[in-house]
Amino acid sequence: MRELAQGVVLPLAAEVDRDHRFPDEAVRAAAEAGLMGVLIPREYGGAGLGALAFAICIEELAQACASTAVIVDVHTSVGTEPILLFGSEEQKMRWLPRLASGELLGAFALTEPASGSDAASLTTTARRNGDGYVLNGTKVFITNIGRAGMYVVFARTGPEDKAAGITAFLVPGDTSGVRVGQVFDKMGLHGSPTGELVLEDVSVPEANRLGAEGQGFTVAMRALDSGRIGISGQALGIAQAAVDEARGLMLERGHEQGDDFALADMATRVESARLLAYQAAWLCSRGRPFTRQASMAKLHSTDTAMQVALDALQIAGDGGARAGSPFERHVRDAKALQIYEGSNQVQRIVIARDLLKAG
Amino acid sequence: MDFEFTAEQVAIRDTIRELVQDRVAPRAAEIDQSGEYPKDIEKLFAENGILGIPFPEEYGGISGSSVTICMGIEEIAKACASSSLILAVQALGSYPILVAGTEEQKKRLCPPLAAGEKVAAYALSEPGSGSDAGAMTTRAKKYGSEYVLNGTKQFITHGSIAGTLVVFAQTNASDDHRGIAAFVLERESSPWKVEKLEHKLGIRGSPTAQIVLEDVKVPAANRLGDEGAGFKLALAVLDRSRPGIGAQALGIAEGAFAYALNYVKERKQFGQAIASFQGIQFMLADIATQIEAARHLVFQAATKVDAKAPDLTKIAAMAKLFASDMAMRVTTDCVQLLGGYGYISDYPVERMMRDAKITQIYEGTNQIQRVVIARALLR
Repeated sequence: MRELAQGVVLPLAAEVDRDHRFPDEAVRAAAEAGLMGVLIPREYGGAGLGALAFAICIEELAQACASTAVIVDVHTSVGTEPILLFGSEEQKMRWLPRLASGELLGAFALTEPASGSDAASLTTTARRNGDGYVLNGTKVFITNIGRAGMYVVFARTGPEDKAAGITAFLVPGDTSGVRVGQVFDKMGLHGSPTGELVLEDVSVPEANRLGAEGQGFTVAMRALDSGRIGISGQALGIAQAAVDEARGLMLERGHEQGDDFALADMATRVESARLLAYQAAWLCSRGRPFTRQASMAKLHSTDTAMQVALDALQIAGDGGARAGSPFERHVRDAKALQIYEGSNQVQRIVIARDLLKAG
Repeated sequence: MDFEFTAEQVAIRDTIRELVQDRVAPRAAEIDQSGEYPKDIEKLFAENGILGIPFPEEYGGISGSSVTICMGIEEIAKACASSSLILAVQALGSYPILVAGTEEQKKRLCPPLAAGEKVAAYALSEPGSGSDAGAMTTRAKKYGSEYVLNGTKQFITHGSIAGTLVVFAQTNASDDHRGIAAFVLERESSPWKVEKLEHKLGIRGSPTAQIVLEDVKVPAANRLGDEGAGFKLALAVLDRSRPGIGAQALGIAEGAFAYALNYVKERKQFGQAIASFQGIQFMLADIATQIEAARHLVFQAATKVDAKAPDLTKIAAMAKLFASDMAMRVTTDCVQLLGGYGYISDYPVERMMRDAKITQIYEGTNQIQRVVIARALLR
């Protein structure tokens, strides 16, 4: 894993960031190493590993290149896990082997222009039409946009307001009516395409409905729980890279106590975040409740990544702020993590709700 | 990687938890207000085997595991930080014997400590030698089969009530860390003088003494390790005891948070429980997350003590640093959550905030922890 990350992914990181290009070679190498199917059971062509191994894989990738890490993370967790958790045997047989091999890249389409943290208010529709459904709407901030062979799309099937009317669908990227809208220029994660997914009279057979009608919100929330473990891994990787690079620079140019103390605080925070993330993964892989822990891990590790990346840049000084320096890239990359897969404000709501419920 | 305690550890924790709820928690406010050492709690801990936790069975104890010690300290500190030091300092004062003692010394010195018949203490700091422990001036001069000790030791937790005191002193003229040795003083045969007891911001039920040694005779058989090996031993002991201070900080924070969480659910303003306000909820989420992060570092460090892991020094310093800074922040926030009631001594959180402060200072200030961590990182 480390060999792949350091040998193949890392040398591409600066270029991918500079040119805003998809790291094809890195994703291919990750697929060859079996990473795209790390969570998929062996009978469907995957590695059959658990959440902890998954978190560590994403951490290693992100230490080299945060863009590559999020591409693989979104594919592996929210882009694939819904099928693992809610798919029929037929659906698993049909989709998982190709997702495991990397032939298909997965993506997750929940967010809409007017429905972010309030996911239950989404307005994309799925109308019954004979044996299938017709989907209409616009999804936004979709990671792996244009690259994905399969999108897990959430749409409203029922008249019910809010969560109860939402259903999940598996929509191949080449389905007629599926179009890539605007692809965004972002502050960071330049190698990972993010943009709009436009659905115009997209016909989806019933066989592609994931779970029951009205179960979509549950599918989304459960997928996000483990998605948060992946994002925690990504945060740990960025943070660890920032610590290691700051350390390397200090050893090279000499250091005083002010920077020593900053480095000590950075490393301590990363260690605490790592243990929190691993514990959430450990609970997840044992089938125990882990929603609160996953939110805590996501909140703490991404806040840590942001702080540590800023501190490392401060230690590096002018040279670190120059375009092309890993220090400034880590700062730009880290910021996204506090926002996506549930902003850190949403994580606090999840945690507080659980605390107040627990009594 | 395991995130679970053994069944035995859980059983010990539950026993302590119950005992603390029934017997310690009701005494905590009074202990703080009177500033008196709770001899009754010491006795309670002795009778229930809690003071035997730091010792393996062959020396009269019940465990010897740092994880178990930390669990015990955490549970007690949830209710009363002063009382948690009864266990924490029993461990600190005994570690030098367990780490550097000969089999004969361990067999002779540990059983009374494990049984709680004697209180242990640890005397390293001096008025002019705090973070710079190598600069100590207490002297130990050898005359035949005994040493004679002279000097002053500062901020000695339980120095006034201890029966067994581990003292670090210079044995040669070089006056730096290479001349230090450790000695076990037993009060009956090597009596020391308590010069004064400090008045403190917090942990008021835990006596902190200045100790004066005037021609105190100690048998050479009570020297721990070689002459000159004392400084290394002092540091090795701190590596083992720092997770315990992290556990104390953790317990204090948890105690304050449990109280505050309950309070915000009950307290009504503007016609609703203040827990329904998002500003309050976000504070709760951050507090709980910080506590959880600290808990993992503390028990990771304790696990590394038990495993004698090579990176123990770094992780132990991280656990102490992170948990104590966390406890200070969290207890301050808990006072805030209670508003005016948080500031008055009818409610426990102001005591917990005062108690938290010391965890950032003792067993190596958090500045020293950062020095230790940075040194490990930049090696």
